Amino acid sequence: MEQSAYKPGEHPNLPPPSNTVGPIAWVRANLLSSPTNIVLTVLSVWFLYEIIPATLEWAFLDAAFTGESRDECRAKAGGACWAFIGERFNLFTYGFYPADERWRIDLTFVLLCVALLPVLWDRCPFRKYGLYFACAFPFVAGWLLLGGFGLTPVGTDEFGGFMLTLVIGVTGITFSLPIGIILALGRQSDMLIVRVFSIWFIEFFRGVPLITLLFVASTMLNYFLPAGTTFDLLLRVLIMVTLFASAYMAEVIRGGLQALPRGQYEAADSMGLKYWTSMRLIILPQALKISIPGIVNTFIGLYKDTTLVIIIGLLDPLGVGRSSLADTKWTGLSNEMYLFVAIFFFISCFGMSRYSLYLEKKLATGYER
Amino acid sequence: MLKSLKIAVITIALSIIGLSANAATLDDVQARGELNCVVTTGLAGFAAPDENGRWDGFDVDFCRAVAAAVLGDGEKVKFVPSTGKTRFTLLNSGEGDILFRNTTETMSRDADLKLTFLPINYYDGQGFLIRKAMGISSASELNGASVCIQTGTTTELNLADYFRANGMSYEPVNIETNEEGIANYSGNRCDVYTTDASGLASTRAALDDPSAHTILPEIISKEPLGGAVRHGDDQWADIGKWVVNAIISAEELGVSSANVGELCAAAGDNPSINRLCGTEGDAGSWIGLDSKWAVRAIEQVGNYGEIFERHIGPNTPLALERGLNAQWTDGGILYAAPIR
Repeated sequence: MEQSAYKPGEHPNLPPPSNTVGPIAWVRANLLSSPTNIVLTVLSVWFLYEIIPATLEWAFLDAAFTGESRDECRAKAGGACWAFIGERFNLFTYGFYPADERWRIDLTFVLLCVALLPVLWDRCPFRKYGLYFACAFPFVAGWLLLGGFGLTPVGTDEFGGFMLTLVIGVTGITFSLPIGIILALGRQSDMLIVRVFSIWFIEFFRGVPLITLLFVASTMLNYFLPAGTTFDLLLRVLIMVTLFASAYMAEVIRGGLQALPRGQYEAADSMGLKYWTSMRLIILPQALKISIPGIVNTFIGLYKDTTLVIIIGLLDPLGVGRSSLADTKWTGLSNEMYLFVAIFFFISCFGMSRYSLYLEKKLATGYER
Repeated sequence: MLKSLKIAVITIALSIIGLSANAATLDDVQARGELNCVVTTGLAGFAAPDENGRWDGFDVDFCRAVAAAVLGDGEKVKFVPSTGKTRFTLLNSGEGDILFRNTTETMSRDADLKLTFLPINYYDGQGFLIRKAMGISSASELNGASVCIQTGTTTELNLADYFRANGMSYEPVNIETNEEGIANYSGNRCDVYTTDASGLASTRAALDDPSAHTILPEIISKEPLGGAVRHGDDQWADIGKWVVNAIISAEELGVSSANVGELCAAAGDNPSINRLCGTEGDAGSWIGLDSKWAVRAIEQVGNYGEIFERHIGPNTPLALERGLNAQWTDGGILYAAPIR
């Protein structure tokens, strides 16, 4: 009687059958749907069971967070010795920067965040003024970090740790994008000299390993320059890293340019737009949007390549860590050191990766299915 | 227009390269007010930064001694960290003024790489660290073992020589730094770790269970470690040489950082001490420095014995004995040329 009590069109939505919803159904559908999946699930669970408790035990439960040396750590607990990282935290962060002046690095970092906000987020309040500040930021940062004009001068040889990674990474990223765009456009140019120069530049810097460039920058350059020349080592590194990344960037952007239909170029021309105007208004916005994953890929690669500077005696976080392990109080704690540095790099690179996803979603107009 | 452009270009070029005559290293260092000293990126006891970023260690103290003699202040040193491969290039290219990087003096380095070695400050020899579980008691049983070895070092060459001379084979696991060596060895990626015996002592102390590891009795090479400068500036080489000699002589003469002020306040009865102190003769002027050059070095870093005790001696985790590195009067082979 109840079944027929509803009038046509008034039948209420019934809940789905109980074996298709809820956690049990989810497990059956996702983990145990076929014999292969059952085997994979069992293996994964076993793998996690082996890894996670042991890692937690080592990293937290049986770890020593205080102590003056490795021996004191070992006396307290059998796992990780985080006291090492704690004692060396300032060295990892600021490198060899004088202790009294470290507020300048903190301030620079805060200003970097302030400068990045309007650049990265288009709905930032007072964005116009923010962008002006972002343009001025490199000079402000240079003044704060290097000193002079009222601040105590600090040599670049005292840079180190995460701060050095950020200086090289941010400088390389900031300058490699515009240079890369110019090179990519140059490579497609009709002007012979511009095109040949761009091709040579790109092929040379892509054909030589970064380590070689750094090595040339740090040592060989002194053979060529007149004796007694002082040309700051960090500046040489920054130039080399930027040029290296620019060459890769140029090829990534060229990919974007070539992905555009020919009609877009012709449409721009038929509008009577001059070269730079058409590039700025029509071609580049589309090409750069297509290239975002590749561009961010290059950024992340560049950021991680900064660890190569250890070859030429600049101490980035890995370099600081390795040197710290040579302190007789702390030798042998390489796991803790590498894990700590890995976390730092993961946070930075994962952040960049997520931002690129956000940007892709925001700019995805029309091609989304 | 063209002329002004030309002038602008020249001005910029000159300001970039910095107009500088080919001056002597001593003048360069004094003008700069800082000594650029090439050290290792980190070797326990010999050179490593402490938690405040201040470099410390046996080699580092020799850098400081030279800075104290030349500039009057042992803190005025810029340390240039280097790997085994980059150290000589850094010195020869002028990035460093002097090198103290547990470096073995060899003929090829001296003549072919155009270095001038300073007096030996540590007599070392290459040894082998193995796991006791291997059940080996002599290096002659190492046939077929995988060996962790730092590239670009004399130990790499010695190892090849030793295995060839004994008709054995080995599988090299190439590493770049000592820290990498420890990680590879403790991670079981090689059966044997070989480097200078001083390095092995510190490596063994750093392992989780030092008693499970042993250093084989064979020492397969001579490793006289010393500082170096580049060819072409004999006066600068003399300064390095005599600062090291002064540090070693000071121990022999009983002059230490504690009593140097008192002993050197005025000329005393011992002419050797007087010459070291600069209260008799003018040794300082022979190397282009003032008369108190050695006093400053000893005051600020101490004599050889003090440096040894502070960083690598029996009371440190490295627990190295003086052995060959005792003064010749105590059965060692440290024998500094006289300052006179």
